[in-house]
Amino acid sequence: MAKLTIDDLKKIKEKQKATFTLREGGSRAKITVHMGTCGIAAGARTIMTALIDEITKAGVEDVITTTSGCAGLCAREPMITVELLNKAPVKYGDLTEEKIREIFSEHVLKGNPVEKYALVVGSETTY
Amino acid sequence: MEKYRANLLMCAGTGCVASGTPKVRAAIEEELIKKGLENEIKIVLTGCNGFCAEGPVMLVYPEEIFYQKLTVAEVPKLVEEHFLKGRPYEKLMFKDIEKRHAIPLMNDIPFFKHQVLRVLRNKGLIDPDSIDEYIARDGYMAAAKALTEMSPEDIIKAIKDAGVRGRGGAGFPTGLKWEFASKSVADQKYMLCNGDEGDPGAFMDRSVMEADPHSVIEGMIIGAKAIGSSKGVIYVRAEYPLAVQRLQNAIDDCRERGLLGNDILGSGFSFDLEIYLGAGAFVCGEETALMRSIEGQRGMPRPRPPFPAHKGLWDKPSVLNNVETLAQIAPTILNGPEWYRQLGTEKSAGSKVFALTGDIRNVGLVEVPMGTPLKTIIYDIGGGMKNKKKKFKSVQMGGPSGGCIPEELIDIPVTYEDVVKTGAIMGSGGMVVMDEDTCMVSTAKFFLEFTADESCGKCTPCRVGTRVMLDMLTDITEGRGREGDIETLQDLSNDIIATSLCGLGQTAPNPILSTIRYFKDEYEAHIHQKWCKTGICSDLCSFEISEDVCTGCGACARACPQGAIVGEKKKPHSIIQDLCIQCRSCYDRCAFQSIKIGPAKEKDKTAVAVKDQEE
Repeated sequence: MAKLTIDDLKKIKEKQKATFTLREGGSRAKITVHMGTCGIAAGARTIMTALIDEITKAGVEDVITTTSGCAGLCAREPMITVELLNKAPVKYGDLTEEKIREIFSEHVLKGNPVEKYALVVGSETTY
Repeated sequence: MEKYRANLLMCAGTGCVASGTPKVRAAIEEELIKKGLENEIKIVLTGCNGFCAEGPVMLVYPEEIFYQKLTVAEVPKLVEEHFLKGRPYEKLMFKDIEKRHAIPLMNDIPFFKHQVLRVLRNKGLIDPDSIDEYIARDGYMAAAKALTEMSPEDIIKAIKDAGVRGRGGAGFPTGLKWEFASKSVADQKYMLCNGDEGDPGAFMDRSVMEADPHSVIEGMIIGAKAIGSSKGVIYVRAEYPLAVQRLQNAIDDCRERGLLGNDILGSGFSFDLEIYLGAGAFVCGEETALMRSIEGQRGMPRPRPPFPAHKGLWDKPSVLNNVETLAQIAPTILNGPEWYRQLGTEKSAGSKVFALTGDIRNVGLVEVPMGTPLKTIIYDIGGGMKNKKKKFKSVQMGGPSGGCIPEELIDIPVTYEDVVKTGAIMGSGGMVVMDEDTCMVSTAKFFLEFTADESCGKCTPCRVGTRVMLDMLTDITEGRGREGDIETLQDLSNDIIATSLCGLGQTAPNPILSTIRYFKDEYEAHIHQKWCKTGICSDLCSFEISEDVCTGCGACARACPQGAIVGEKKKPHSIIQDLCIQCRSCYDRCAFQSIKIGPAKEKDKTAVAVKDQEE
C-alpha cells in the first residue's frame, strides 16, 4: 500500500463519516421503518432494503435508518416515519418499493414531503 | 463502502471476553443471518468499554442503547425485538438500583454520565484493529501537525503549557522530561513507552492499549519528534496478550501506511518502534530497571543520576512515558494547551483514568476531571458499596506504593497534591474500595507481601526491610503482636523510605504508615486485646449469636463448615465455641446482623481435632 500523506488522512476521515454519524449522532434525517408483525407481513423488509439501497446510491452520510414497532395503523402498513432535523415528523403509509424511492428523493433529499403518500404530520400526544 | 443502518459495538476488552463476548457475538451473527439482517447491521468489536462489572456489554447505535450481561440464550429474543422490530429489549438494559426501572440510554446511566473522556476518547467507539476508524476520529492529525508545522521546541512548549504530568504515578511534568532529553546531544535517542502496569487492581493502561493502540503510537511519534529520536520501544508485560496483539497489529498497519518508518507523512521525519515483552516483574515499572530489562539484563534499578534523559537505554538519552500519558498527547497537540487546561486544577490539569475495584458496585474504568471529589467517584460513578448494608471504610489509592484514605477524608478533590497530603499517592490510578468488613492490618500485610515478593533484592533496606516488616505484620495478625510494634514499624518505615535505592522501596512502607495513621485503634486492638473486630484475622476473634436478633432461620447453620451452630427452627441459635474455626461464614451469611465478633477466646483445641478424626 502506498504511503499516506496528510491529504490521505483527511480523505479517510471523510470516507468514514457515515459510520461515525451513526455512532456520534448529528444526523440530518432519520427514517423509521415500522416493523411490527403487521409491518413485516405487509412487506416492510423490502422497504428497508430499498431504503438502504437508495442511501448508498445517493452517497449521503447524514441519514440514518432505524426500525420501530407497529404504529397502530396496521391496515396501512408498510409505514415509515421521516424526521428531518427541526421539522415535524411525517408518516407515510401503504408503501411500495417505488413509493419509497420517490419519497427518499423528494422528501429526504430535497426536503419536500410527498403529500400524495403522506398519512399524517406530527406525532401523537404521549403522556 | 457498504451502508449499515445500525452498528453493534461489542466490548472485546479482557473483562468482557472472559465473561463471554466471543460466544455472544457468534450467536448474534448467526441470528442476524437467520433474520436476513446481516447486511444491515454491523458488529464491531471494540476495546474495553469500562463498565466491566456488567459484562459482556454492547452499545447499539444509532439509538445509543446500552445492553449488559448478555447471554447466548437471550440473543434470539434481543435480535428479534430490537434489531428486527425496533423495540429495545428492556430485559438486558441497565437497571437503576433504587428505582428498579430500566435505563436504556448510555448517557442516562450515572456510571457514564459523570465521566469526561479524553484518554479513553475512543473506548468502545472504534474498532481497535482498524486504523481507518482511528483516523476518522482525528487520528494522526496531531502527528501531522507536529511533524510538519511544529518545531521540537513548539511541541515541548505546548505540553509544558498544558501542564501534562506523568500518569504513571509520580506526576513528573512530561514537557520538562522531554526538554531534558531534547537538549541531550547524542547520535541515537530512544522514545520509550511503559506498559508494564503492575499495581494490583490497576488496569487502565491495559485497556488503553487494547481499546485504542494507535493513540499510544501517535503520542510516541510526537514525543520522538520533540526529543529527536528515531527509535522507540513499547515495553508491555507478557500477561497482556490482547494488548500486545492489538499493538502489534497497529504497528504493522502504521508501517504499511507509512506512519512509522522513513519519512512519515512526507515530513522527512523518520521513526520506528517495536514491542518488548516484559516478564511481569513489578520493579520493571521503574525506569532504569525497565531499560536494563530491554537490554536483556536482569531488571534491576540503578542509582540516578545520571537520569535516563542523559543516559538511558543502551546509555543513550531516553524518555520513558506511561501509556496513559502518551494517549493524551495527540488531542493536546491538536486542540492546544488551553483546551487541556479546561479540566482539572492549576497544578493537576486535565483528566485522569481510575480503575475502580473492590467492594464497589460498579467495578470498571472511569475517566474524570482532575479535582473531582473522591465522593463523586465512589458514590455517583461507582454506585456505592456492593453490599448496600455495609458502610464505606476506606479506599486504597496508588497500589503497593500508595495508602488508604479513610471515610472522613472522602470529600477531598482528587489531585496529585491533595492525595499526597492524605499519605496515599495518585499512582497509576488504581482505587481499591473497602467496606467496613475489611481489616486494615491485613490490608497493609497484603501489600507488604506483594512488595516483599517483588523487591529485586539489590539494596538492603528494601530487600531485608520489607521482609522484616512483613514478618511483624504477620505476627500481629496471628496474635503474637507485642507492645512497641507500632512504633518499630513506623521507625523502620521511615528508614526504608530514606535509604532505598528506587521507588519500590521508597514507597513500599506507605500502606503501613497510612493505615497506622488512620486506623491505629485497629493495630492496638490486634496487639493488646488480641481482637480483630472485622473477624478477618481468624486467630484474633470469636463469633457469637445475639439471641435477641436471631430469627432462627438456620442460614448460618447451613453455612458453617464445622457444624458448630446449633438451634431449633425459628428459635435463636448458638455457636459451640470449641468447634468454631472463625471462618466467618456465618457472619457473611446472616441477613439480620445477629452475629457479633468478639476478641479471641481460650478454647479446647482438641475439640476440632476430635471432630476431624470422627469424620
